[in-house]
Amino acid sequence: MRLDIVITGVGGQGNVLASRILAKAAMEWGLPVRTSEAIGMAQREGVVMSQVRMGEGAYGALIPDGSADVLLGFELAETIRGLAKLKSGGVVIANRQTIYPVSVSLGLSQYEPEQMISYLENTDAHYHLLDATALAGEAGTYKCTNIVMLGALASLGILPYDEKHLKQVMLDVIPPKLRDINLRAFELGRQALGGE
Amino acid sequence: MKKLLMGNEAMAYGAIEGGVQVVTGYPGTPSSEVFTSLAAMAKEKKIVAQWSVNEKVALEVAAGAAYAGARAMVTMKQVGLNVAADPLMTLAYIGIKGGLVLVVADDPGPHSSQNEQDTRRFASFAKLPVLDPADPQEALIMAREAFEISEKLGLPVLLRPTTRTCHVCQDVEVSEAVLPTQEPAGFEKSPGWVIFPSLAAKRHSWLNQQQDVARELFESSSFNRIDPGTGRQGIIAGGVAYHYVKEALALLGLDIPVLKIGTPYPLPINVVMKYLDKLDRVLVVEEQEPVIEDQLIQMIFHHRRPVILRGKYNRFVPREGELDTGKVKEIIADFLKIELPDHKNVFNPPPLPVRPPILCAGCPHRASFYAFKQAALGADAIFTGDIGCYTLGNMAPLHAVDTCLCMGASITIGSGLQMVETNKKVVAFLGDSTFFHTGIPGLINAVHNQAKQTVVVLDNRTTAMTGHQSHPGLPRTAIGEPVEPLDIARLAEACGVGFVRVVDPYDYAASLEVARQALAYEGVAVVVMRRECVAIVKGGQTARMIDSEKCLDCGLCIEELGCPAIAKGEEGPVIGASCTGCDLCRQLCPSGAIIERGGAK
Repeated sequence: MRLDIVITGVGGQGNVLASRILAKAAMEWGLPVRTSEAIGMAQREGVVMSQVRMGEGAYGALIPDGSADVLLGFELAETIRGLAKLKSGGVVIANRQTIYPVSVSLGLSQYEPEQMISYLENTDAHYHLLDATALAGEAGTYKCTNIVMLGALASLGILPYDEKHLKQVMLDVIPPKLRDINLRAFELGRQALGGE
Repeated sequence: MKKLLMGNEAMAYGAIEGGVQVVTGYPGTPSSEVFTSLAAMAKEKKIVAQWSVNEKVALEVAAGAAYAGARAMVTMKQVGLNVAADPLMTLAYIGIKGGLVLVVADDPGPHSSQNEQDTRRFASFAKLPVLDPADPQEALIMAREAFEISEKLGLPVLLRPTTRTCHVCQDVEVSEAVLPTQEPAGFEKSPGWVIFPSLAAKRHSWLNQQQDVARELFESSSFNRIDPGTGRQGIIAGGVAYHYVKEALALLGLDIPVLKIGTPYPLPINVVMKYLDKLDRVLVVEEQEPVIEDQLIQMIFHHRRPVILRGKYNRFVPREGELDTGKVKEIIADFLKIELPDHKNVFNPPPLPVRPPILCAGCPHRASFYAFKQAALGADAIFTGDIGCYTLGNMAPLHAVDTCLCMGASITIGSGLQMVETNKKVVAFLGDSTFFHTGIPGLINAVHNQAKQTVVVLDNRTTAMTGHQSHPGLPRTAIGEPVEPLDIARLAEACGVGFVRVVDPYDYAASLEVARQALAYEGVAVVVMRRECVAIVKGGQTARMIDSEKCLDCGLCIEELGCPAIAKGEEGPVIGASCTGCDLCRQLCPSGAIIERGGAK
């Protein structure tokens, strides 16, 4: 079993935590694992990408372009940017949320959500769009968007471990007072893609 | 036991397993978590962990402990080693008693650095051995073994991870067993600790001999190994490039012999010669400088091996930036003259927004920059910057950083500029931690030489960019013990500065007034803009919102501040959920349209 997952988003969206939860779950399932994360300057509202490689044959931590099995996109434009990493026919779970960078407000660059969605629709990826940020708000805070996304990923049955295991590892990692909110977020994400 | 550890944490565990007793350092991405992980374990493991004011100080403090027989570690990023170069170069002559390990993290790319210098090159320049891990697991083992190598050789040892080891997590085998550390033997007085020129002359030949001793030691090191394969062509891979080579070979379906190098300097001759024995052609894959390749060229020449070498000098392997599996796959294909299937570029997305890192919503630096920009309106001003989050003040729309060179250079570059640009206002911006690091000598220099410039200390009460480490201006040490903080304003006064003010950047009117006074002052003025980093202050302020009835949609809040919490909406600006309530925009809004969220209209 081998699975390469790319998580893209904007600094502050909980990208690193999501990556660590997926990796810890893999390790505790007995799989070799590597992650690579953006730590430092990029975390200040910049593009962040985490890479998680689990299973035998995970060499270095960087996933070669065009070979990731799964792309978890926390933000629409970053999802599209992250498609460069995805293999042909890979799986995309994309949050519909758009975070307009200051460069767009200042007229220095463009942000066209409709074009982005239509680009995604025309790739050969198996994509799932959801409003993870709204679901996170429903769970208690938009800050648990990352956990909604993990719930959605878990419901697809493509991880090398089961949903319950991922949920348990998530609960182990989250501070006790935030567990209820994150549990709700995980469930909402799971149900969003048709999980029972 | 297996743990999911980031490379930096793994090196901290390795240091503990290796019996470290003293750890010092200065924060710097990607190295910082080596120290913070050790500091978090300091009380339990009974080790001394101290943040130092800069890397030179850190190395000297650790060397002192090693003089007395303690096992000591120093952590820093690659450019930090430049600051520590003075003690390092001579420490190599003096030697040490207790094991001394420098963890110096390189940042090819670069991701978070001002250059791509190669610490392996620095190590060979200083004539000191260097270890280059391929992954967090090996980094742990190297950190553990480095102390013994250091003590065997009587020399400091460098451990040089790169970003892709430091900030990579792996399931790492950690051992609860810690080497029994001995009580440090203590300092013994001897002429050997005093580097007179006569001693330097003697020790230089000793140091040169130690190169061969180290090389011999590395002949049997498990950090170098041959992965057997078939054919008369091979690849030598250093550090993280090893995994890229292995994956690229797997993708290409090739089985050629690979020599993994974990001790790039000094390179063990017998290991290399034995590997070259069965080969006609060899490719060297390493990031940054041709450190392994240069030594190979010498060895091949001296041993008259008829082997064809490919690497950086033939432009097969880039000397800049990071490598990855994709790049290495192409390099290998090129080397073996394999046709790769035509790569169809299917990724052709619509225009995507530019998203560089910027100052956070509510960052007090934004308010400080804005106040000084406004105070300097009409005057021709040059804003010199420094290393920290505030380098981002360079970005649109603030454009408040005109120069950035290295730690502490804001004040000194400014001093040089004001000599020539006599009609301009020169304003230097630097952070609190940077002020302690290398700002103070520049400030004293400016006062003594009667410069006319303003120095703005952006005192956000932390070392923010590298992950919020403590510094001497704070009332706590690296391990959280209470300590008397140093007062930057009083320090500036003691340095002879005639105009010193402290102001809260969130108070715009007060900041603007102080900024105007400082710019008008004939001499060196110091303004301490004091407000805690917004990333460590949780809550406390009410977020703001825009009263659309009052908003004139003038665009000032967006176009002047560049705050990521304010975006352009269909009907004027909208303040989003990331607003921290810093209140700067409300104080600037010409129509009073910005109000407290949930407040009465």
